[in-house]
Order: sequence, then structure tokens, then C-alpha cells
Amino acid sequence: MYPIVLLSVFGVLTLFLGFSKSKNILLPSTLLFLALALGSNFIEWGKGPFLYFYDMLRVDNLTLAFNGIVLISAFMIAAISGGFQDNADSEPAEYYGLMLFSLVGAIMMIGFDHLIMLFIGVEILSVAMYVLTGSNKRNLRSNEAALKYFLMGAFATGFMLFGMTLLYGATGSFKLVAIQGFASNMNAASQSYIFYAGLLLLLIGMLFKVSAAPFHFWTPDVYEGAPTIFTTFMSTIVKTAGFAALFRLLNHTFAIYNFWWIVIAVIAVLTLLVGNIGATSQNSFKRMLAYSGISHAGYLLIALTALSKPTQNAIIFYSLAYSLSTIAAFGVLMLVSKEKTIEGQPNERYEAFNGLAKQNPLLAFVLAVSMLSLAGIPLTAGFWGKFFIFTSAAERGIIWITVIAVLMSTVGIYYYFRVIISSYFKEGDMVRIRVAPFYQIILVLATFLTILFGLAPGIFEKLI
Amino acid sequence: MLTLLLILLPIAAGVITLLAGERMAKQLALVGGLAGLGVAIFTWLQFDPSAGSQFGFKYAWLASGGISFAAGIDGISMLLVLLTTFLTPLIILSAFKNEYKNPAAFYSLILFMEAALIGVFTATDAFLFYLFFEAALIPVYFLAAIWGGENRIKVTFKFFIYTIFGSLFMFVALVYLYYQTPGTHTSEIAAFYQLQLSPAAQGYLFWAFFIAFAIKMPLFPFHTWQPDTYTESPTAATMLLSGIMLKMGVYGLIRLLLPIVPLGMEQWGFLAMILSVIGIIYGSIIAIQQSDMKTLIAYSSFAHVGLMAAGVFSSSLNGLQGALIQMLAHGINVIGLFFIVDIIYSRTKTRYLDQLGGITQSTPHLSVYFMVLLLGSVALPLTNGFVGEFLLLSSVFQYKGWLGAVAGLTIILGSVYMLRLFQKSMFGPKSKWVEGFQDLTASERAVLLPLVVMVFWIGIYPSTFLKITEPAVNQLLQLVNN
Repeated sequence: MYPIVLLSVFGVLTLFLGFSKSKNILLPSTLLFLALALGSNFIEWGKGPFLYFYDMLRVDNLTLAFNGIVLISAFMIAAISGGFQDNADSEPAEYYGLMLFSLVGAIMMIGFDHLIMLFIGVEILSVAMYVLTGSNKRNLRSNEAALKYFLMGAFATGFMLFGMTLLYGATGSFKLVAIQGFASNMNAASQSYIFYAGLLLLLIGMLFKVSAAPFHFWTPDVYEGAPTIFTTFMSTIVKTAGFAALFRLLNHTFAIYNFWWIVIAVIAVLTLLVGNIGATSQNSFKRMLAYSGISHAGYLLIALTALSKPTQNAIIFYSLAYSLSTIAAFGVLMLVSKEKTIEGQPNERYEAFNGLAKQNPLLAFVLAVSMLSLAGIPLTAGFWGKFFIFTSAAERGIIWITVIAVLMSTVGIYYYFRVIISSYFKEGDMVRIRVAPFYQIILVLATFLTILFGLAPGIFEKLI
Repeated sequence: MLTLLLILLPIAAGVITLLAGERMAKQLALVGGLAGLGVAIFTWLQFDPSAGSQFGFKYAWLASGGISFAAGIDGISMLLVLLTTFLTPLIILSAFKNEYKNPAAFYSLILFMEAALIGVFTATDAFLFYLFFEAALIPVYFLAAIWGGENRIKVTFKFFIYTIFGSLFMFVALVYLYYQTPGTHTSEIAAFYQLQLSPAAQGYLFWAFFIAFAIKMPLFPFHTWQPDTYTESPTAATMLLSGIMLKMGVYGLIRLLLPIVPLGMEQWGFLAMILSVIGIIYGSIIAIQQSDMKTLIAYSSFAHVGLMAAGVFSSSLNGLQGALIQMLAHGINVIGLFFIVDIIYSRTKTRYLDQLGGITQSTPHLSVYFMVLLLGSVALPLTNGFVGEFLLLSSVFQYKGWLGAVAGLTIILGSVYMLRLFQKSMFGPKSKWVEGFQDLTASERAVLLPLVVMVFWIGIYPSTFLKITEPAVNQLLQLVNN
């Protein structure tokens, strides 16, 4: 609960800091705020579970772990944002303020114990993201992306609210505990179709947020149009929070597993197919990462489909591994695309990476490790992420879905390796890119953690 | 603990080579490779063939899941560790005459590759095995894609995706098996041997393993990546691929497929056998047609590995022993032949048989070495190829007489393409490409001499090596037959 309070206060504070003449103070202060929030998050570690706000928010080790991933990702993203100094139009105070506020939403989603809390969390997170997506005011693509995201997001919210209403109608309560009780008391004679419909509509709303197919159509355009730094934010934090919420919701309706597992299974397979096959035909690295984000939602959905004993660890580990690699990949993309422009716009195509390894061995290495991790090659964190996902499916005895996932992983190698091939094996007129020391530390840290978790996943297991 | 040393030593040597920079890279890498060989020989001297898995270590990796970082050496592993550590310094030495850009990276990748290969051959935990199986791919991919020929990017990419595709199926199979183990689950390979699996499950598992290993070796019809990759790669990478990495597939068949899914073997073994035999004949016939020397040897390697697989699928003592000794022999011969092709190419700038000819006239040494290695490959008695092929063919013959007869054609076809290779390149009138051809230098002789010594050692007294593996193979067959 502490991070919620702190982040809200810090968000307001950041907005006030924006009035000061010197914009340079904003980046260090935001990092300090995030570090404090991260520290405060672990005050309650191992003590819970606690319930706050009239039993609407739950704090236990599981939610704290997800909070930790979200806050660490936010810290790393803020650190590579560079203070938004290069664009005269930018409003750093507002951006940082909105980022802090959106984190409040994410934490509410992670710990919700009451559907209203879930709704508030989703809305706080989403509204902040709509604005940040369109923050590049003079860029047409950014505006288009924001509008698209907003319109589609509004629809999804509608479905979600509708679903909550129906669930309330069926159970008479918004509380997860009451929903869980209702689901487990249901038997063949007393099936409540209103309950089923409500759950499905709520799931649709949530699946939209994590960009699962067939609710993914906004993802490529929005990810590509948004400024890269906020794309990173969207693809890591929104996804982690969304899956934490989905996991809580499905965990509490486990009594009717037989009803929803096939729904989630079909969506998982569809998401894997759309994400991976869509990614192969992209020429833009950024757009490929958008599709790759969809495909990773598919892998996470496999863990949810199974919802067995290892699922919890699988989702936490996978989210962490995915966030680290994604931040590293987008971090390198930002540096390279800024250096190589086409008609004043950053060049985000694969060709922009040609010859990267010769002039910038560190950046090429960071990029290569993050791609290997996303592709799930052993000795990286991504491999163990997939391992845990597959074991959770095997525990439930659903082998066929892992076979599909494995086939799609092979497709994944095809598009992840394209950028490695560009940067290592192709010649290009690449210059030496200057990287700020702090930026470099974050990239190296992400790479180091990716390899560390790849070599010794047991370290992580001890932490939880 | 010796096993851990065997795995870590090449990694350490690789890191030192990488850090030491361009000038000392070659020498440091060679010293690292020789040190690995020294440790392997030391291990061999202390090795007791009848004592099962030895020199092992085991560290908890994912403690709660029963997954451990565990490796050890039994007879089968010992032979392959010796092969790997013997060939790696020779591969490093063979690259000395070529000037590669960025040599530190080049030589350290070879050493990393060695570490991963030793890991594959010694792992006693299934997931550790898988980890090394995949990890071995990355150094050789970079070796081939950075220092390879013109088409390298496309060809190596195909190779990479193809092989990963196969091993992912094995991964699913391993996860499934892991969940079949009782209690809190364990991923020890030995525990997988004890599982009582239904025939239907074994049928699926058979294919999951078969595809993974058949792509790696490669067997017909999964071989399409191989000739291009062998031809486009720099010679050192080709040697690693053909001399050692191909053995990972055969080793996997012996270590995992045979003992874990014996009932699957009963259902599908015959089909696998047929595919192997088709590979032998098909590879040989295509090899006869080739005019690029490197491609010719690539296809010959494809044919040889088919025979090894056929021996394994016969699941008899002769078949397995033959496959093991043939792995050793084939590794030695194929590396020698690729090296000779590289020598010829570096002096004449061509690998095409129609442009070569008359090399013998000025090169007595090269001719002798070439001839010996070639005869080993053709399986002439008293050379290393004979022992393996004899055992393998006898096992296939026992399995099904007519299959043995078809597979036996390999001896005839093998001599056709090999002698054609020798005749067209070495004999005849001197072509304009081979003007001023120099005989072997000292460092080239230093590579070829140990290889030739081994050709005769294995050919004349094979029981030095058969002895190492026999108890382990018998133990394995007991598991299969129960």
C-alpha cells in the first residue's frame, strides 16, 4: 500500500517541480521517487496478507513481487528516458507525473480484491497511457496512435464494466471472495449463465489490455506510433499488471476451470499464431517488437490456461525476463534510430542496425542478448521463462498447446535473429554512437540480469 | 570434479583468449586446447570402464524442482570426450595458416564450442543436456556466419532455425518425461530410464527425440541444411560441425532415445532404419556427382552418419559398439579430409575437381597423408574405418539380411567417390591452377601426423577404445531389453 500513497504524492510533487526553471532536476527526482517507492514496497514483505481500503486492496508476497517488477521496469525506463531534453515541445514534468500516476493504477490492478478497484486501476493506467501515447504533439502517427488506443480502449472498458455489472447481478457482490464462493457453490443444477457471461465480458476487457488476439488490432499501430520510450512503458508495465490481474481473477474462479480453460486456450493459440506470424513480415524493428509483444502475451496465456502449481512462478519469472529484454531492446532501438534518420524521422527499420557490431560492440551485444532471451535460447532468462510456462502446462497435462508454442518459438527465432544478422553480419555506414554513462549502466544491468537469471534461475526462486 | 574441470577449462581458455587480444590469440587458444587434451588423457588413465558414471559432480540448480547441474563420465562419454579434446587442438592448429579478421573472437568461439560439446557428452541431467545441446549451436553459428563464404548469412540462418526447430521438440519431450517422474519430480536421465511409459506415449516421444537428433546428424530427409552449411562455413567451423557436432545426434540416440523409449523403438525403429539406409545410398550417389571437394566430403559424411544411425537402431552390441568406434574414426577422417581440401584450396584458390589435377607430382608428403585418410574413410582393413563399418554392417545384417546387403553398398560406393576425389585432384596432368604447388609445411604436418597415427592405431588395435565403451553399452542394452 505504501507505494500507492507515495507515488500519488510524488506525482503531484513532480507536476509542481515542473514550474521550476531548471528542467534538469526532473529526471533525478523521478528516479529518486521511484527508488523510494520500490523500497517502500518491500516494507510489508513476508508479513502479509493485509487488506486495505475497506478490503478492496490486497497486499501479500505475490502482489509485492509483481509490484517489484513493475517498479523496477519503471525505474529502468525512466533512467533511459534522458529527461526528454532533445525535443523543444516536450513537457517532461507532465510526462514523469503521468508515469508515476499510471504506476498507481498498475499497482491497484495487481492487488485488487474488489472489482471496483480493478476498474479504477485499469482506468488510471489507461488514461495516463492514452495521453502519453499522443505526447509527440506534432507527429501525425503519434496522434493517430493515441486516438486509436483511446477509442479501442474505451470499447474494452465498456465490455469490462458490463461484465462487472453482470457478475454483480449474479453474485450480489464485487468482492473476489464472494465471486470465488459463488463459483465454487455452483453445480450442474444451479448454473448461472449471467455469471458466465459476466466473467467472459470481464475477460475480454482484460485481454484487450494485454493485447491478446483477437483483441490485438490496436497494438502494432499504437506501439509504432507512440514515442519509443512510452512504447517500452506500455509493453512492459501494462502487460505485467494486466497478467497479474488476470491471474488473480482466474485463480479465484478456479472452481469453474472447466468452463473457461478452453476459452483461454483458444485465445492463447490464436495470440501465438497472430503474434509470431505477423512479426515475420515486418520491416520495422519497432513494429516487429509490437507483434513480439503479442506473441509473448500468448506464452503467458498458456500458463494461465494451465493454472497449475508452477503457474504463479512462471508468470512472475516470465514477466521479469520479458520486461528486462524488452527494455534493453527498446533502449538500443532509441539510440540507433535517433542516429539514423530518414527525412528527419527516426529510422526504425532493420537496415538501420547494419554494421552496429563493428562500431558499437556493447550495444550490439546488449541487443543480441535481449533478442536471444526473447527467442528463448538457453543461458538467457527467456529460456527459463518458457521452461516454467511449459512445465505449468505439462503439470496440467496439456501437451498439445506446448507443441504449438514450440512451433511458434521456431518462427520467433526467424524474426528475432534478423536484427542480430543486421548488426553482426552486414556492412553499413554506422557511426560510433555516444551513450550517456547512466544509460549504459541500465543497458548493461538489464543484460547482466538476463544472463544471471539464465545461468542460475534458482537465485530468483529463493527470493520468492 | 574432473568433469567440471573438463567443461570449465575451455571456457576459461576462451575468455583469456578473448581478452588477450589479437596477437596472442592463436597461441593461447592452442595452449588451452592442449590443456583440455591433457586433462582428458589424465581422466582416461584413471578411468575404470566397469564402474559406471565417474568423476561426477552435482549442484542443485532449481532445488525445488529437482533439477540439478549434474554431469559425470561413463564409458560412452569418455570416448566422446577424448574425441572432442583430441580434435579441438588440431582444429585450432589447422586454422593457423589462414589469416582471419578478429582472431581473438574466432579462436575463443572454438573453445566455447568445445566446452558446450563436452557438456553435452557428460551431462547426467536431462535439462543440462538440453542446455548444452542448444548452447553448442551459438558459437558455431557465429563462426560460420561471420567468417564463412559468400552465401553464409542465408545458409547458416537456415541451419540455425532447422536445428533449433528439432531440438525444441526434444525439449517438450523432456518436460513431459520430467512430469512423469514420481514424487517432487527429477530430471536425472537415469530416472527417465526407470519410467514405465505407455506404448502410445513412447510412440510420440520417439518422434520428438528422433526429429531432434535426425536433424542434428543429419539423417535423410532432414539433411537439406547440411551440404550448404558445410560448404559455406570456414573450414574450422566445418570441422567442428562434421567432426564433433554431428556426434551429438548419434550420442543423443544412444543416451536418450534407445533406453527411454524402447517400445517406441519397437513401433518405429524399422522406419528409422529404412530412412538411415536410404541416407547411406542417397548420400553416396550424390557424392559421386559432386565436383566441389568440400561438398563431396559433406555428402560422404552424410552417408557415413546414416550407417552409424542404422547401427544404433539395430540396438545390438555390435551396432552400438560399431557406432561408437565409427564416431571416433569418422571424426578423425573427416577432419583430416577437410583439412587437406583447405590446404589445396588455400594454394590453388579452387576446390573444383575439373580444375585440379597432378598435385602428386610435387607433393610426396601431402599425397601420402591424403591417401591414408582416404583409405581410412573407405574402410580398408587395418585402417580405422574398417572396424566401425564391419561392426555396423554386421549388426544391420543381423537385423534384416536384405537391409544389410543394401547398406553394404556403402563400401563400394564409398570407394567410388573417394577414389574419384583422389584421382581427379592428385593424379593426371598438372593443371594450370596447381603450378608451383608447395608441399606441406611443418604446422600442417603437425595436424596431419596425429590424425594418421590414430587411423592406424584404431585400425590395428581397436580394443583400446572398444574396451572403454563395452561395459557401458552392455548396461544400456540391458535397460533396453528389459
